[in-house]
Amino acid sequence: MRIAVLALQGAFAEHEQMLRRLGVGAFEVRQLANWNQPKNGLIIPGGESTTQGKLLHDLGLFEPIRQAITEGLPVLGTCAGLILLSPMHLGTMDIDVERNAYGRQLGSFYTEAPVEGIAGNVPMTFIRAPYINKVLSSDVQVLAKVDSHIVAARQGRQLVTAFHPELDFDTRIHELFLSLAR
Amino acid sequence: MKQDRQKLNRELAQMLKGGVIMDVTTPEQARIAEEAGACAVMALERIPADIRAAGGVSRMSDPKMIRGIQEAVSIPVMAKCRIGHIAEAQILQAIEIDYIDESEVLSPADNIYHIDKTKFDVPFVCGAKNLGEALRRIAEGATMIRTKGEPGTGDVVQAVSHMRLMQSEIRRLVSMSEDELFETAKQLQAPYELVKFVHENGKLPVVNFAAGGVATPADAALMMQLGAEGVFVGSGIFKSGNPAKRAAAIVQAVTNYQDAKMLAELSEDLGEAMVGINEQEIELLMAERGK
Repeated sequence: MRIAVLALQGAFAEHEQMLRRLGVGAFEVRQLANWNQPKNGLIIPGGESTTQGKLLHDLGLFEPIRQAITEGLPVLGTCAGLILLSPMHLGTMDIDVERNAYGRQLGSFYTEAPVEGIAGNVPMTFIRAPYINKVLSSDVQVLAKVDSHIVAARQGRQLVTAFHPELDFDTRIHELFLSLAR
Repeated sequence: MKQDRQKLNRELAQMLKGGVIMDVTTPEQARIAEEAGACAVMALERIPADIRAAGGVSRMSDPKMIRGIQEAVSIPVMAKCRIGHIAEAQILQAIEIDYIDESEVLSPADNIYHIDKTKFDVPFVCGAKNLGEALRRIAEGATMIRTKGEPGTGDVVQAVSHMRLMQSEIRRLVSMSEDELFETAKQLQAPYELVKFVHENGKLPVVNFAAGGVATPADAALMMQLGAEGVFVGSGIFKSGNPAKRAAAIVQAVTNYQDAKMLAELSEDLGEAMVGINEQEIELLMAERGK
C-alpha cells in the first residue's frame, strides 16, 4: 500500500510520519510527475487552503486530482484539506464549510470528543480551523461534532476532519482512512 | 493553560511550513500577496528597505493600519514589535494578531532583555543568527524562529550564513556524547533541556524559516535547500517591477525548490528585481541587534 501526500504547503511531513508509524509507504506530491505514480489513497494536509488551492491550479494538479477522487480514490483531508475538498475548491465533497470558523489564532484550541466508529474520545487540535456548516447531500455521514458543529465527516471514500489528527499521537483517524483505502 | 497555548502556537507555525510569508504595507498589497499564494502576511507601515532609507527610530505600526489588513485577507496576519517592547506586544495581542515578530528590523526598545513571551497567549517569531540565539529565544517563549539575514538589502548572504551556521551547530550537537552537552549548553548560553532536545532530534523544537535579503525564486530555493522550512520575503516583492508575478513565482519555487528546470521557468520575465544594497555598503547591521 502506498499513499500520496499532497506536499505543496503545510503540515505534510507530520502525515508522512503518521503513515510511517503505521508501517505504510508514502510519497510526496509536489508536481504532476509525482502524482502520476500508482497509489492507494491521497492525504491533503493542513496548511493554508488559499495557498494550496492556487498551487493545485498553477501546477496542473487540480483536474487530475479532482478526477481521481471522483473515480473513487480514497482521500483524507484535514483542516485546509477539508476546505479543499468542499465546493470552494475541488468540490468532490457535498459540504458547506465555514473558514476560520473559530476566529484568529487566539481561538485555536485542543479538546477530546468521540468520533463515530472509534471507541472512546479522540484528541482534536483545532488551529485557525474551519467547521462544516451543513451537509449538502444525504451521502455525507457526520462522524463527529464539537459544540454542535460538525468537525468530521465521510462521503463514500472521502474522509475529512476540521482538526489535525497528524499533530497528536492517536493514529486511529489515519487507521480509519487506511481501512477505506484497503 | 499557557503550556497549551505554547503547543498550539508551535502548531500554527507547523501549518505555515513550505510557505512564503510576505511583507505588506496596505490592504491592496495584502490581497495581491494572498492571491499570489502567500501563507501569511506581515503587516507593517514601511518595508525594511524603506526603514533603512528613512533612518530614525522605527516602531510598531499603527494598529488601525494592521486591522485594515486583517480585514482584507483570510490568511494569518503577523506584525512586528520592537525587541523588549512589552507594551507594543500587548497592543498587538489586544487586536488579535496571529503572530508577533519581535524584530530587529525595528529599533530595539531594550538593549538587554527580550520580551518574556511565555506570558502571552499569541505566538511570537524571533530572529536568530546562530543556534545559541535561537535556543535563548525559544526559552523565552518564541514558538517559531527565522534567520535574521540582513533585512532590506536584497542581499541573501547573511541569511545564508546564519542558516548554514545554525545547521552546522545542530549537526555538531547531534554528534556529541551526552556528557558533553552540559558544557555545550554553557557555551551556547542556552538551557540544557533545549540543547538535549536538539541533540536527540537533530532539529530545533520549533519551525525554522529563512528571512532577510530573499529577492528571487532562486534565493528562496537556495534557502530551502539549506534547510529552511519556509521563507519570509520582505522588501523583495513590493520593491520589484512586477510584485504579483514575482510573489507567485517565489511561492512555487518554495514548493519545488529541488526542480532546477521548473526554477528556470519561474525565473523568466519577472521584471526588475529590487536593486538592493550589498552588505558591505551598509552602515547599520540590523542582525547585530538583540542577542
